[in-house]
Amino acid sequence: MSPRPLALTLAFVALPVAAAAQGPAAPASAPASAPAPSLEPRRLVQPLGDDWPTYSGDYTGKRFSPLTQVDRASVKHLTLAWTARLTAGAGAAGRARFGGGSPVIVGGTGPEGLPAVPANVKGTPLMVNGTLYVTTPDNAWALDARDGREFWHYFWRTQGSTPIANRGVGIWKDYLYFVTPDNFFVSLDAKTGKERWNKVHADFTQQYFSTMAPIVVDDHLLLGTGNDIDSPGYIQSFDPLTGDVKWRFYTVPMKEGDPGLDTWPSLQSAKYGGGHPWLPGVYDPETRLYIFGTGNPIPAYTAGRGEGDNLYTCSLVAVHVDTGKMAWAFQTSPHDMHDWDSAQTPILFEGMVKGKMRKLVSTAARNGYFFTLDRVTGEHLVTSKFGGDANWAREVAKDGSVRRNPDKDPTVPGAITNPTSGGTINWEPPAYNPQTGLFYVTERNGFSIYYLTDPDPRGSMGLGGKEEVSVGSTGNFLTAIDPTTGSIKWRRPYPSASGFGSGGGGGGLLTTAGNLVFAGDAGGNFVAYDAETGAPLWHSRIGNVSNAAISYMLDGRQHILVAAGDTLYAFALYE
Amino acid sequence: MTAARWVAAATFGVALSVTLRAGDAPQQPAAQPPVIEGHGGPPAPGTQTATPAPRPGQGQAQGRFPAQQRPKGDPDVIQRGRGIFAGACGPCPGADARGGQLGGPNLLRSQLALSDKAGEALFPVIKNGRPGTTMPPSPLPDADINAVIAFVHDLQSKIGGQGNPPPGEEVELNILVGNAKAGAGYFAARCASCHSATGDLAGLATRVPEPKALQNLWVSGGRTVARGGGARQTGAPRAVTTATVTLPSGQTATGTLLRLDDFLVTIALPDGSQRTFRRAGDTPKVDVTDPLTGHRALLTVLTDADMHNVTAYLVTLK
Repeated sequence: MSPRPLALTLAFVALPVAAAAQGPAAPASAPASAPAPSLEPRRLVQPLGDDWPTYSGDYTGKRFSPLTQVDRASVKHLTLAWTARLTAGAGAAGRARFGGGSPVIVGGTGPEGLPAVPANVKGTPLMVNGTLYVTTPDNAWALDARDGREFWHYFWRTQGSTPIANRGVGIWKDYLYFVTPDNFFVSLDAKTGKERWNKVHADFTQQYFSTMAPIVVDDHLLLGTGNDIDSPGYIQSFDPLTGDVKWRFYTVPMKEGDPGLDTWPSLQSAKYGGGHPWLPGVYDPETRLYIFGTGNPIPAYTAGRGEGDNLYTCSLVAVHVDTGKMAWAFQTSPHDMHDWDSAQTPILFEGMVKGKMRKLVSTAARNGYFFTLDRVTGEHLVTSKFGGDANWAREVAKDGSVRRNPDKDPTVPGAITNPTSGGTINWEPPAYNPQTGLFYVTERNGFSIYYLTDPDPRGSMGLGGKEEVSVGSTGNFLTAIDPTTGSIKWRRPYPSASGFGSGGGGGGLLTTAGNLVFAGDAGGNFVAYDAETGAPLWHSRIGNVSNAAISYMLDGRQHILVAAGDTLYAFALYE
Repeated sequence: MTAARWVAAATFGVALSVTLRAGDAPQQPAAQPPVIEGHGGPPAPGTQTATPAPRPGQGQAQGRFPAQQRPKGDPDVIQRGRGIFAGACGPCPGADARGGQLGGPNLLRSQLALSDKAGEALFPVIKNGRPGTTMPPSPLPDADINAVIAFVHDLQSKIGGQGNPPPGEEVELNILVGNAKAGAGYFAARCASCHSATGDLAGLATRVPEPKALQNLWVSGGRTVARGGGARQTGAPRAVTTATVTLPSGQTATGTLLRLDDFLVTIALPDGSQRTFRRAGDTPKVDVTDPLTGHRALLTVLTDADMHNVTAYLVTLK
C-alpha cells in the first residue's frame, strides 16, 4: 500500500471518531438513511433466500434458511462478526460507542421525559437489502446488516400498558409497520424512520395491549390482539397505504347467530371470552388462507364459562385473506382451564400421511400436545403428546382434540398439574427442516400446584382467581418430532445444575440447510445442534438467548443473527 | 399518591407484566418468591427471574391502563358511593359490580365503564337508564349518582395485573380435605426411605403451620423455596446437589454442583473454591447426586388425593 492512500484512509477514520467525541448532538454525517427495502409483497410468496423479509422468514413458518455456507462441518469455525447493543428511549446513551446515528425520532402521545422499558429483543429482526429492522416495546431500529451500525431509531412515547414484548416489524414496499404496547399501529418510512401515520388498532381503555409482528400479504396488513382482561380477540386486515381497516375477524361469538355461540353459556360470556391471536400466523398462497392460533378463554382458571368448548379459543383457525371469513377451525383444547393458549405460530409443509402426499399444517401447543391437519380442508390427521409429562388430559377425542380431566382444573386444596401455566411451549417459535423432515420445538416439563382462590360461581376475571406454585420439573428439551406421525424422534436435554429443568430454548429456534438447529441452552449458550441427531456442534456463551435466530447472506457471507436481551450478536465464517 | 407508593406501583406493574409469558421473562438467576401468578406461569425452578428496572411514569403512576390512570377520587365520596351502590344497584351488577343475581353485567370489564373518563358516559346511563335493557332510570340525586361513579371508578382502578379482579372479601379456603390416616400410609410407603416423622420432619407442622405452605414445601422438596433467597422456609433440610467429576487420568473432584451445561461443569469444593471442567461428550465423567431425585420422580405419579392425604398427615407433625 502506498503512503498516500494510507493517509487518506486515516483521515476518513479520524473524522467520525472526532465527531463522536462531541456527542450525539453532532452527528458524524448527514442524517442517516437506510437503503430502501423496496420489498414487493409478491417477493414474500417466494421461498426464503438470502434475506429474511417476514416474521418467520417466509409464509410457511418453517424458519428454515436454505443457506449452506455454515454447515455441520464448517460450523466449528463460526465466529463473532459484530455486536450491537440497543438503547431504548429518546436518549442517545450508548449509541456513541457504536458510532452513533441520527437523533432519535420520537412519536406517541404519552408523557415526556420518562424512562423507557429497557431494550429486550424478543421478536424477529427482518433483513432486507442489507438492512436489519429490529424492535423492542416502543422502539424500532434500522441497522446496517454488515456491522450493526445504526441508521435510525424511532421511539414511541407510550400512554402505559403492558410492555411484555414486541415481535417485530412488517414491511410493505418502502414502509415499515409495528405495534406499540398502547395499541397504536405505526407506519414508518423504512429509509429514514420518519413516521407516516399512526392508527389505533385496539382499544386501550379495554386494556388491550399489542405485541404482534404485522404480517404482509399482498395489500393486506394482518394484525392480531392481545389482552388479559375479559375482552374478545380479533385479527384485522389494514390497507398498507392508508391504514384503513379492510376486515375484522373475531375469534369468539359477538352476536346472536355467530358460529360457536352454543359452546358458551351466554352471548355475554362469549363476548368477554378472550381467544387472542397473540402471534403471527402463516399463509398459504394457493388457497389464500391465513392460518393462525388463538389464545385461551377467559376467565382463564375459574368457573364462569359453563362447561362448553368455548369456540374458537385455543384453536387453529384459517381465514380467507381477502374477506376475513373463516374457512375452517380446529380446536386443540376445548374449554381450557390453565391459560394454555394455542396462539403458537404453526408451520406449513408437505408430507406423506398414510401413503399420500398432503399439504399440511402442524402446531405444537402450549398444552403439551402436537397436531397436524390438512391445511386446505382443516381435516384432522395427527394428535400426539410432546410434553412428556403433561398430565391434565382425560382423552384424545375422536375429532383429535384433547379433552381435559376436570379434576386437574385449579381446586381449593390444589391440583398438581403439568405443564405450568407457562406451558410446554410458549411464544417461542418452532422450526421445520424439510431435509430431515423434523419439526423442532422447545419442550418444558414443569409441574405446578394450582389452587383455586376465587370459588365464586360467577367466575373470576382475566387470569385471576388462582394461585400457582411451581414445585419442580422433569426437564426441558430440544425435541424433534416427525410431524406426519407425531412421534418423537429425539429429545436433547438442556442440562442445568439444579437438575430441575430450568431454561433452554427460550427464544425459539432456527434451522438451516446446513442441517443445523440453532437454540439457546439453559446455561446462556447459543448452540448449533446437528439437525439429524441433536448433538451440539458449536456454541458461544452470549447470555440467555431471547429470540429465535435468523440467517442471511450478505457480501457472500452467511450470517447467523441472534439476540440476548438488549444486544444483537452476528456470527459468520472467516475463511 | 406519595412518591414511594408511586414507584412501588410501577415496579409491581412491570414485574407482573414481565411474567406474562414464560418465555418473555428474562432469565438471570435472582431471588423470586415461590408463588407466581404470571400469565406465563412460573419459570422453572432454578431459572427464577430478575425483575427489570422499574418503569416510573408513562401513566404508570396510577397503573398501566386508563381505568387505573384516572385521577384519584375523594375517599369519602367513594365510601358513600359504595353504600349507595350496594343498596340501589346491588341486585343487578352485584355489590362488587362483578355481576348480580338479577343477571346484570360485570361492570368492571364493561366497555362503557372502562372507557368512561369522568362520568360522561356512565352518568346519563344511570340517570336515564338504557331503553331496551333491564337498566331502569335511577331516581338518585345527581350527587349520589356521581358518588356511585366514583365508587365504580375506584373499583376499576384496583383491577390487578392480567385482569385480576379487585380484592374482595376474604374467603376462608380450607385446603385440608385429605385423610391423614391414608396419608400416613402413603408416607410410610413412599417417603420413609428418606424421611422420618420423628427425625428430620419432627415438629414440621410447628415450623410450617400454614397447610398450603406445608403442602408446597413437601411436594417440591423445599427447593423452590430454598432457592428464593430470603423467602426460605424452615421445615426441610436444604437440598444440595453434588457432582463428582472423574478425569481421564482417574483423578476425581467432588463438590456442590454450581453449573452444568453441555460444555462446562462447575463445582464448589469443600474449601469454597470453584473448579470448572470443560466437557466434551462423556469426558470427563460427571456423576450428579441430586437429593431431590425422588421428589422429581414423585411429581409424575403423585395423585391429587395422595397429595392431599399426605398433607393432612404432615399437619399432625406438631
